Amino acid sequence: MSLSQEQIDELTEKARLIRRHIINMITEAGSGHPGGSLSCADILTTLYFHVLKVDPKNPKWAERDRFVLSKGHAAPALYAVLAEKGFFPKEELLKLRKTNAMLQGHPDMNGTPGLDISTGSLGQGLSAANGMALAAKLDKKDYRVYVLLGDGEIEEGQVWEAAMCAAHYNLDNLTAFVDNNGLQIDGPIDKVMSPGIIQDKFKAFGWNVIDIDGHDFSQIASAIEQANNTRGKPTVIVAKTIKGRGVPFMENEAGWHGKAPSRQQASEALRAI
Amino acid sequence: MAKIATREAYGKTLVELGEEIQDIVVLDADLSQSTKTVFFAKKFPERFFNMGIAEQNLMGTAAGFAASGKIPFASTFAVFATGRAFEQIRNSICYPKLNVKIAATHAGLTVGEDGATHQAIEDLAIMRALPNMTVICPADSVETELAVRAAVLYDGPVYLRLGRLAVETIFDENYEFKLGRGVTLREGKDIAIIATGIMVNEAIKAAQKLEKDGIDAMVINISTLKPIDKEIILKAAECGAIITAEEHSIIGGLGSAVAEVLAESKPVRMKRIGIADEFGQSGKPDELLRLYNLTSDDIVKEAKKLKAY
Repeated sequence: MSLSQEQIDELTEKARLIRRHIINMITEAGSGHPGGSLSCADILTTLYFHVLKVDPKNPKWAERDRFVLSKGHAAPALYAVLAEKGFFPKEELLKLRKTNAMLQGHPDMNGTPGLDISTGSLGQGLSAANGMALAAKLDKKDYRVYVLLGDGEIEEGQVWEAAMCAAHYNLDNLTAFVDNNGLQIDGPIDKVMSPGIIQDKFKAFGWNVIDIDGHDFSQIASAIEQANNTRGKPTVIVAKTIKGRGVPFMENEAGWHGKAPSRQQASEALRAI
Repeated sequence: MAKIATREAYGKTLVELGEEIQDIVVLDADLSQSTKTVFFAKKFPERFFNMGIAEQNLMGTAAGFAASGKIPFASTFAVFATGRAFEQIRNSICYPKLNVKIAATHAGLTVGEDGATHQAIEDLAIMRALPNMTVICPADSVETELAVRAAVLYDGPVYLRLGRLAVETIFDENYEFKLGRGVTLREGKDIAIIATGIMVNEAIKAAQKLEKDGIDAMVINISTLKPIDKEIILKAAECGAIITAEEHSIIGGLGSAVAEVLAESKPVRMKRIGIADEFGQSGKPDELLRLYNLTSDDIVKEAKKLKAY
């Protein structure tokens, strides 16, 4: 079922808000990861405002869908989505990374309502998602588990241990995204440590693979629907994205992986968004 | 008394607990025959998950199970659990304080012939340094059963250190295990021997030998290394001299934990018996224990030296 124009407009507006939050939060914090937060903003917006069964009033609802932000440094994007969704007051966003505040530099499940797991050390999220998906099968619950990986992150060996495991246990209730923005801290992933053809790697591990433009809401939504209708194997949605998407001077610049904009740059970014 | 390995007691207790508590799931990394999770796997195949030779995913998956309300036991050899998967234990389990029980077998030199690569001599040090982690090293099969049961009732990460070697059962059905509490096994006034794991039995034997030489030794079993029972250590310090004994490096394990308590509250002379900052080697377990000075006779020798000081 494709999205109506009205739905696309709503998601577009939501994602614009999320991107504004991301810039404001990171600027206020004076540190953080704008590039990878902006690249996955459309995926997170689609998940939380179109797909996930979650209840902001009851964040621990046992039947809820789970989301694992394996690339935990994109926390600003997730925090913005959770605040917009109503899991916690938006005022918290501007206290990101401050002492004794709710929002840690990387997601802390015990401190922030709406987080299903703590992440931040790359490579660990898919394993946690496996555990959640296995638990759902064991309990015969129909909640689904979504996990977002970075394309640099898949250089971690644990990701492939987990990929093997998800296929071995036929975890068709698990959907992974690879935020394929092509850049990591030290440069283009193909220069730093090429994972080769990401789609082929997952295929070889027994996954269902879907290719999309990670900034096209209709493609994101229909890929998720396709994944949900796939039986017997996990699905990976390889989403081609642009690091820094929405802020022209940040787009496709590895230098904006983990750097806060100045106040002036932030104004420029907000104007562009 | 028949000799039973603590791993064996763990495997049997898991089956009993599996019957009682439906939320228990067990994960292993292709070592279920050795860790004895195979008993559980046979009885409850739907709740047993072999992760293959992939310890990082083993710990991460256990974290996901715990985040979904299950009580996962993750088992493999101690060297792989605490070494290969250290950072998964740190960031995916301890930081979020998830209810994962890491039951690691084949700890210490008594792994035997497999040699240094498979003998974890630093696992207690590594696990003790992690916030939110509870660390338990049972002395025999009786204490293992009680410790595994206590671990299930406690909500949070637990590291259980278990052994490969069949060891004497030293406790009977009246033995009481309390998480975080040491147990005085023998009163004494001249010197205190504080031991953990398989060295508890050596400590008891050493005290009997010392008695013949007119030295009245107190014997204390510390099976919960973290949180450690400060009270019982301070009581032991009344003897004026303390020996610690563990099948682990003298760096970071029981000896260090006891020294930390004493140095801050009641410094007394002490001697740490353990593996002296070196790797093990292949050999028969009892030969290795002699070679690395981990016997009751070594405790006796050091006790006399300490008393003569």
